[in-house]
Amino acid sequence: MLLLEYAHRVSGPRTSYAGAFSPPLLNPNQATPPTVAGPSGKPAVKRYNVYRNNVTVSLIDALAAVYPAVQRITGVEFFRAMARSHIRATPPNSPLLFEYGREFPAFIERYEYARSMPWLADIARIERAWLDAYHAADGAQMAPAALASVPLEQLADLVFVPHPATRIVCSNFAAVTIFAANRTEESIGPINAGVPEDALITRPDLDVVVRHLPAGGAIFLTNLISGRTLGKAAAAALEATPAFDIGASIAGMIEAGVFTDLNLGEG
Amino acid sequence: MKKAVEPAAAFAALPLRFPANPVAGRAGTSFKHQHLTAIIAEGKQDGFFEVHAENYMGAGGLPHRALEAIRRDNPVSVHGVCMSIGGPQPLDKAHLERFRSLVERYEPALVSEHLAWSTHETTYFNDLLPLPYTETTLACVCDHIDEVQEAIRRPILLENPSTYVTFCESTMSETDFIRAIVRRTGCGLLLDVNNVFVSAANHGFSALEYLSDFPLAHVGEIHLAGHAEQTDDEGDLLLIDSHDGPVADAVWKLFEIVIGRCGAIPTLVEWDSNIPDWPILRAEAIAAQAILDRHKVIALPDHSHAAA
Repeated sequence: MLLLEYAHRVSGPRTSYAGAFSPPLLNPNQATPPTVAGPSGKPAVKRYNVYRNNVTVSLIDALAAVYPAVQRITGVEFFRAMARSHIRATPPNSPLLFEYGREFPAFIERYEYARSMPWLADIARIERAWLDAYHAADGAQMAPAALASVPLEQLADLVFVPHPATRIVCSNFAAVTIFAANRTEESIGPINAGVPEDALITRPDLDVVVRHLPAGGAIFLTNLISGRTLGKAAAAALEATPAFDIGASIAGMIEAGVFTDLNLGEG
Repeated sequence: MKKAVEPAAAFAALPLRFPANPVAGRAGTSFKHQHLTAIIAEGKQDGFFEVHAENYMGAGGLPHRALEAIRRDNPVSVHGVCMSIGGPQPLDKAHLERFRSLVERYEPALVSEHLAWSTHETTYFNDLLPLPYTETTLACVCDHIDEVQEAIRRPILLENPSTYVTFCESTMSETDFIRAIVRRTGCGLLLDVNNVFVSAANHGFSALEYLSDFPLAHVGEIHLAGHAEQTDDEGDLLLIDSHDGPVADAVWKLFEIVIGRCGAIPTLVEWDSNIPDWPILRAEAIAAQAILDRHKVIALPDHSHAAA
């Protein structure tokens, strides 16, 4: 802190205008910077407030653009109040706003007015993963024939190359059902929020698709994505979920475009 | 002898990129993805499209596919919004590299940025914030523009800001500041006529006088946009550069005066929130094109004599 203050003092006027102008932008308790004025030295409270408003509203809008289902669930007024608290505590540190809001799900988890919606943070996690998938690098979906041509005795040693868009979000709540219901315009029937659901997010071409993974599917795919062999991933999934259906999961992951390619692993 | 060859060799290694200028005399609009289908259905256009650079800095997916689609048949202008050229701290090198790479990939007809800042220390404020006009800030802005132009190997157009406050420490006028930047860096200018109108109303100066002082010979693009009305602490009119509606009549008049003086400079209508259906935005560009075309004809007196 002392070092920072020292740096400001020695760097002088080169930093002073931005240093004085910045802090009140996201802090309503700080007064208008004394360095600015209206014409002929007129006070500039409302004038400076235009900047406060631009910054605050545009960053809330940026979060609303990343988290539309969260906003639909909470209502606009609740969402904007929650988002305002978040942007003041954690403003963006990159000019790329589609990267903003990574800490928002954890913020929602701690936000006292959202405690009656314990599943809300997981909906946000799916929405954040959705946007990451949307902007991820392009990749060609692995052809089903690629797997069909592998000799049976080598199947267990296969490793897969994940598509850059692939994401998995695990939830103790019915996050996929709640997410899907709130990304449409249609009215929503009753949902049992207490049923755990894991989400698979993929983007084989341009459209992002969110799927509900079967039991054991998340462990299976997470192992494969981290580079473990098909044999080890299947064993991990079966250990966690004895009823895990490996054939259906392999067919499902190929159809969803989770991977771009496969290689024969070390074994 | 050897020494005389060296600069040429260095020049060949880093060629300056001056693409042909296919936007001369044209009017265009902001490119919004929701308009893509309607634009493609209309077929080849006579205008051009401008995108905010940062929206195309993701790795892949729909944004790049949409820009590639629009780029096939139309000139594109890349408009940077958050380089923070007007800030006191060094430019963000990673962001500059993303910008350079985007310009290289899409070879836009025009490249522009703002006389403003948006990042301080590590916080990005997502707004175009104002700066004082002093010898110190002038030197810093010029260094930043040099750095951008060296990175992308071509000159940029620098946009005049709309502002709501002035700085007590300013020692020169905005037009003197901008003229000095042009002289020192060789950059061109993006004249935002709506920004001139908004700032003139907010600071009580004459928009026409500002334009007389502005180095119009260096303007490579014009921006038009809508603004909103509020009031300041004394209840006086305060205009907000909102980009959320049609261009105001008074801004059209100023635009026609500029075009009358300068000829048909490429002109872009911005519309960034409350975005209307494509035909409404297109109509704004058609209105701008009509003014450009009128002054193209006036610029050729021999032809009009022959026709008469």
